[in-house]
Amino acid sequence: MSENLTPENDLSKSAKPAARQGKVSSRVIEHFVAPLEETPLVAVDKVDMTAAPLSLWADAWKNLRKQPLFIISALLILAVLVVAIFPQWFTHIDPTDQSTCSLNDSGEGARSGHPLGFTLQGCDVYARMIYGTRASLMVGVFTTIGVLLLGGIMGALAGYYGGWLDAILARLGDIFFALPMILGAIIIMQLPAFRDNRSVWTVIVTLVVFGWPQIARITRGAVIENRNADFVTASKALGLSSFKALVKHVIPNSMAPVIVVASISLGTFIVAEATLSFLGLGLPQSVMSWGNDISDAQPQVRNNPAVLLWPALALSITVLSFIMLGDALRDALDPKARKR
Amino acid sequence: MNVNERNTPMNDAETPLLEIRDLAITFDTSNGPVNAVRNAHLTIMPGETVAIVGESGSGKSTTALSAIGLLPSNGRVSGGQILFDGEDITHASEKRIIELRGNSIGMVPQDPMSNLNPVWKIGFQVKETLKANGLAGANSKDRVAEVLAEAGLPDAAARAKQYPHEFSGGMRQRALIAIGLACRPRLLIADEPTSALDVTVQRQILDHLDTMTTELGTAVLLITHDLGLAAERAEKVVVMYKGQVVESGPALEILRNPQHPYTQRLVNSAPSLSSRRLQSEKSKTAETQLTKPAVVAAPVATADDHIVQVSNLTKVFKIRGALGKSTDFKAVDDVSFDVKRGTTMAIVGESGSGKSTVAQMALSLLTPTEGNIKFDGVDVTSLRGKALFDFRRRVQPIFQDPYGSLDPMLNIYRTIEEPLKIHKIGDSKSREKKVRELLDQVSMPAATMHRYPNELSGGQRQRIAIARALALNPDLIICDEAVSALDVLVQAQVLNLLAELQEDLGLTYLFITHDLAVVRQIADNVTVMQKGRVVESGTTDEIFANPSQSYTQDLLNAIPGATLLA
Amino acid sequence: MVMFAFRRFLQLIPVFFGATLLVYFLVFATPGDPIAALSGGKPMAPAVEAALRAQYNLDQPFWIQYGLYLKNLVTLNLGQTFSGQEVSAVIARAYPVTARLAIMALAIEAIFGVLFGVIAGLRKGKLFDSTVLVASLVVIAVPTFVLGFVLQLVVGVKLGWARPTVSGAAPWNELILPAVVLGLVSLAYVIRLTRTSISENMNADYVRTATAKGLSRRRVVVVHILRNSLIPVITFLGADLGALMGGAIVTEGIFNVPGVGNLLYKAILKGESATVVAVVSILVIVFVVANLIVDLLYAWLDPRIRYV
Repeated sequence: MSENLTPENDLSKSAKPAARQGKVSSRVIEHFVAPLEETPLVAVDKVDMTAAPLSLWADAWKNLRKQPLFIISALLILAVLVVAIFPQWFTHIDPTDQSTCSLNDSGEGARSGHPLGFTLQGCDVYARMIYGTRASLMVGVFTTIGVLLLGGIMGALAGYYGGWLDAILARLGDIFFALPMILGAIIIMQLPAFRDNRSVWTVIVTLVVFGWPQIARITRGAVIENRNADFVTASKALGLSSFKALVKHVIPNSMAPVIVVASISLGTFIVAEATLSFLGLGLPQSVMSWGNDISDAQPQVRNNPAVLLWPALALSITVLSFIMLGDALRDALDPKARKR
Repeated sequence: MNVNERNTPMNDAETPLLEIRDLAITFDTSNGPVNAVRNAHLTIMPGETVAIVGESGSGKSTTALSAIGLLPSNGRVSGGQILFDGEDITHASEKRIIELRGNSIGMVPQDPMSNLNPVWKIGFQVKETLKANGLAGANSKDRVAEVLAEAGLPDAAARAKQYPHEFSGGMRQRALIAIGLACRPRLLIADEPTSALDVTVQRQILDHLDTMTTELGTAVLLITHDLGLAAERAEKVVVMYKGQVVESGPALEILRNPQHPYTQRLVNSAPSLSSRRLQSEKSKTAETQLTKPAVVAAPVATADDHIVQVSNLTKVFKIRGALGKSTDFKAVDDVSFDVKRGTTMAIVGESGSGKSTVAQMALSLLTPTEGNIKFDGVDVTSLRGKALFDFRRRVQPIFQDPYGSLDPMLNIYRTIEEPLKIHKIGDSKSREKKVRELLDQVSMPAATMHRYPNELSGGQRQRIAIARALALNPDLIICDEAVSALDVLVQAQVLNLLAELQEDLGLTYLFITHDLAVVRQIADNVTVMQKGRVVESGTTDEIFANPSQSYTQDLLNAIPGATLLA
Repeated sequence: MVMFAFRRFLQLIPVFFGATLLVYFLVFATPGDPIAALSGGKPMAPAVEAALRAQYNLDQPFWIQYGLYLKNLVTLNLGQTFSGQEVSAVIARAYPVTARLAIMALAIEAIFGVLFGVIAGLRKGKLFDSTVLVASLVVIAVPTFVLGFVLQLVVGVKLGWARPTVSGAAPWNELILPAVVLGLVSLAYVIRLTRTSISENMNADYVRTATAKGLSRRRVVVVHILRNSLIPVITFLGADLGALMGGAIVTEGIFNVPGVGNLLYKAILKGESATVVAVVSILVIVFVVANLIVDLLYAWLDPRIRYV
């Protein structure tokens, strides 16, 4: 690896004298000077004040606004949020009230006032779909907040301070990665403590326990990339304490990749909840959710696929919008695209 | 293969080997088409070396790369002609261009670290060049070793079996030169072939390239940002500015008698051509107006007013080896020097000399293993709490990478305000006034304060970094390669600013650099470091006039073009 | 290289212990009676309960329990199912089926994922690229069990091209449809990974240098772009083999494939926690070993890693 291995000095000495005087050609070389009016001089390093000043986020927002992928996904997410918070705005049937279901309607198709037909229990498919939004979204949003807090803090500290904390985190991450999320969740969810108290929150806790190492890894990487940046060293040389430098400079600069992954993860958490519910280990039957509805509809899938397909469609579109959002954010926040 | 076989016959001498006429190159960007190059023209005769000189963004590389069809995918030739040996290859077919590449036109790229494929052995990468151009016979293995040896790679046969990551930067560049010349091209495009390397290695490699191309009769199109280097290596220089050729002609004539104002600017600012210390415009006028007595000389410093005293400084790093074993690495070894108040001390050395480690210790960001650093008579390492906080106010750093030294999330106002806030100086109103003053001091318009670092150029960012450093009225500023990443003219501008500020504010600089040319412009005293040790120290004038050590001599020789203007 | 392999192997040991300890701890040291956990909360005969207590040494302190469990795991003494079959024998019967399924899914991923990814990467921004990108997003968004039902319904029931459920012997041809379902999500990831990797490498300096040497376009793509771009893809595929074995639980449930996933699914439904723990432990081992193989593969493909 060392430059010493090469006898560069010997080589250079032999060639040195020739180059010192510069080269003079025997050919006639024309001396061309461009007319000044065609090549006007500009002051050295002039500040360009034409564009309006933009922060990183403002700049990303400007890019995002023009991206169809972002506009579509943002509108969809907005719509899903409204449905989740105010389901009563979208249907006058309250499916949580058992009296709205009638076995007379079992498996019936669409008719006036019931655009998507009925389930086996004779409940309105459309109303259940609308009311199921909240559970799925809650799992997605709160699990994401949980993994961001747990994984983000662990990852940031491990990346910034390194040492034993980092070593422990790395091993812990390996252990959790050795246990795929669904497998781990299956084991937890069938523990008595969880099985007997199933609710949205037990599902969230389970998914956080198995979801945080991924965010921790991403955060750790981003923090390591920034912790030795000159602007961090400069702040420390100004007298800022090491911890404050982490909070004020390193973390804000490490957010972009974490946000991208969080957005995509939100989608995968919703899928994970649905999968657990589908396996009968997720949300309790009392909670109305897309996963439960799909699971219930499964036995009739060949006779009456619509009952399965509608909640599946709602689920897929919601997940798709979060994944598309993450994709659009990734492009807009790409640091490579920003340097000029 | 016989080396002389391909030498150009004499009767060909009148046909230019490469002729570029009225070339225009357009890039399609998201903001519409951008004209990167306009009306470019240049002529290379067989065996001739022609240099294109320009700053980053001048279109010099783009022009050269268009000659072998290597424009980025969003770039296209939108006008003019490229003639190779009389043949119009402007819009030649892919097949024809591939035929020309390698054996008619070779290339040596800029960055040796990224231009070799990391997953293939060096030998393989040379061999496939020979193969692609039909030159790999039965004894291709020997030929590979031969080509590598020619480029100055020792023990070439064994080296060919290694991967790029086992090579140093200089060796990689030699391998790239071997690849570029393996098929004996008639034209070699050398795109800043050494700017990523240490100065002494740079010089050795350029010398070697020179010798090889002269022997083989290869014409060279050298792309460089350094006018001194261009004048030293080429018969003919083409100066490009904002996508246009502003001047071209015989190298020495351009250097000694530049006609276009831009070329004049370049010649005046090129650090490698400068032979004296920078003085601010003010003190220059003071000198010329003989009516006034020249009182604005360097700040008066009494003989032993040393603001920094470094004695027997040593830093040992533990390097973790295989299986947890660690070895000691002495990054800094018994270094001593003093810095007089109000002067500039430059620490010069190549990569691995330990100069930046010294800077880190002087900033008290690293603790010395042995020895000490005294700032104003107090040992820096003993500082704790309030005293350390006070030291932080008085000593400020400016770093190399203008893209890394400002937090991209903070606007300029908050960047410059940060030190005032940390040290709880003033209220928000007086802080804003101070930020305006500081921006004015570094010649930036006050309106810049609402902008973000990514909206500024490298030189402008460096000026903001200077403003931030000045916010607390420090006594000592430690510049760690503060101008190395900047274009020549911008570099001169920032150096001038630093010199002016020193005079106005009586600042002391500790200036860490690899570039002796810059030292000449800014420093009063120099300490030369090599492999952690001090090789030589003295005043700048002494060192430049009479270097006593051969290493210093080597470094001085490595400054391109220094003797050409004399 | 041998040194590297040895070091990686050593690093694996804490992961193996950690993961099995985690599983064991979750089941046996969390609040609640482990017997209740093992029985799925259903009442059971005293004889069965006694057998379980003996199998898991529940009268011993936790660490000894764990040690004996590890010993049983290594010696494949995994206890019995409720119906009295040896768990190890049941797993041995189911495992080849899942392995077959996972390998087929992996082959589908590798072939189509790399093919589409390379084409999309080389033609970034063109119609094919955008179509593939959107399609891959949709595939990632639709949960596997929905995909499974839809394909089962359309291809299996409506079109009749394949058997909607797999017969007992699970021959290769009947596993094609489940393998597609199993591999589809990972396929989308492989496409996206390959595409990103290819388009990043296309702009690499060494690719431009290779072009400048006079190499044909084909050679530049195959030798310089493909080889370098496939390193992360192969790493992903290797790690995915382990994940597929675990992920098979949903797919095997839908298509009634008699594999490990199905075994696990049924054990969960029946509340046979002892079987669940045994199967998951085996899967963890498979996953850990798969990761080791990936690491070695990675070192073999990328010379820079070997010497670190």
